[in-house]
Amino acid sequence: MERNLTLIALFAALIAALGLIPQLTLAFGVPITAQSLGVMLCGTVLGAKRGALAVLLFVLLVAIGLPLLAGGRGGLGVFVSPTAGFLIGFPFAAFITGLIVENWRNGPLALVAGAASVVGGILVLYAFGISGLAWALQKPLAEAALLVTAFIPGDLIKAVLAGVITAALARARPDSVLSRA
Amino acid sequence: MISLTSPVKTRAHRWPAGVKLGLLCAATVILFMQQNIAFQVAAFAGTAAIYCLPGTAFARAGARAVWRLWPFVVLVAVWHLIVGAGEQGAIIVLRMLTAVALANLVTMTTSLSQMIAAVMWLAAPLAKIGLNTRALALGIALVVRFTPALADKGTALTQAWAARSPRRASWRIIVPFAVLAIDDAEYVAEALRARGGTNP
Repeated sequence: MERNLTLIALFAALIAALGLIPQLTLAFGVPITAQSLGVMLCGTVLGAKRGALAVLLFVLLVAIGLPLLAGGRGGLGVFVSPTAGFLIGFPFAAFITGLIVENWRNGPLALVAGAASVVGGILVLYAFGISGLAWALQKPLAEAALLVTAFIPGDLIKAVLAGVITAALARARPDSVLSRA
Repeated sequence: MISLTSPVKTRAHRWPAGVKLGLLCAATVILFMQQNIAFQVAAFAGTAAIYCLPGTAFARAGARAVWRLWPFVVLVAVWHLIVGAGEQGAIIVLRMLTAVALANLVTMTTSLSQMIAAVMWLAAPLAKIGLNTRALALGIALVVRFTPALADKGTALTQAWAARSPRRASWRIIVPFAVLAIDDAEYVAEALRARGGTNP
């Protein structure tokens, strides 16, 4: 119980820290941060349920007014802004990512975790994010989707990294990779 | 860690957090139900006036949070001017700005401890269906404590990298970073268990 709680809390803090350290910002031409990589890692390392709880805890702390989102954003305002869909989609993205890693057991972990991150961290997350954009800006879904296509290459790279990092963590701390425990 | 509560003390700082959150929910629902340009202009002007009441420092902090929305404002404005539906565009932009500003107003006038108390009050009914509210409170405290600690470790790792390599620290830092986080989690779990754990 205590171990689950501290791992959940520490991974929530990890998502926040990945947004706080400017040196860790991954630059691929489009301004992106390592924060959504943190969401993918929550799913691939902690598994569906605990990963989603870690991300939910992070989202809750943003809601109660801590400036944990990249660029020091936070508070209730971000939940009604056009990008709110991404924030609300974060826990679902981690859940689906974790679910795939937990159930797809035959295959190298790097590949499985990478593919799971593409499905959870990109497909699921963008479904929420694009719906939020379409709703806030009152545009059709296809046009809202067009606005975020520039971010997809960066997120694909992050999914590959999530796979590589998860496999490295499974070698370094096999007992703590709960998605495969 | 510093929360986004405004250091400028306003009268609303003393209102109960539950009342402010309830009012915010009601205001946001009304805002999104109205398709009337006059109403949206009035709501935006009213919100701006509320921001100006506690003084310029408060208003400027509020404006900074809303200013982040400028790419969306430009996008909607250009779009609607091209298709020739200016009024519809104005409604969307004004509503977006007012909704964010109102929500931000609650964040700026409510301290972190009041917000946590409100979360615990909202979570209390969930305790009956098995949510461990003590674990939730402990989890919130752990994240607040560990975010700056982890950020420091990340900075130290980046500096160590810079001392060894002429190239920029890249994603390779994240593996040792996550290992540190996992090790911390294991130590803290042990310490929590030694002190009675989450179910005393």
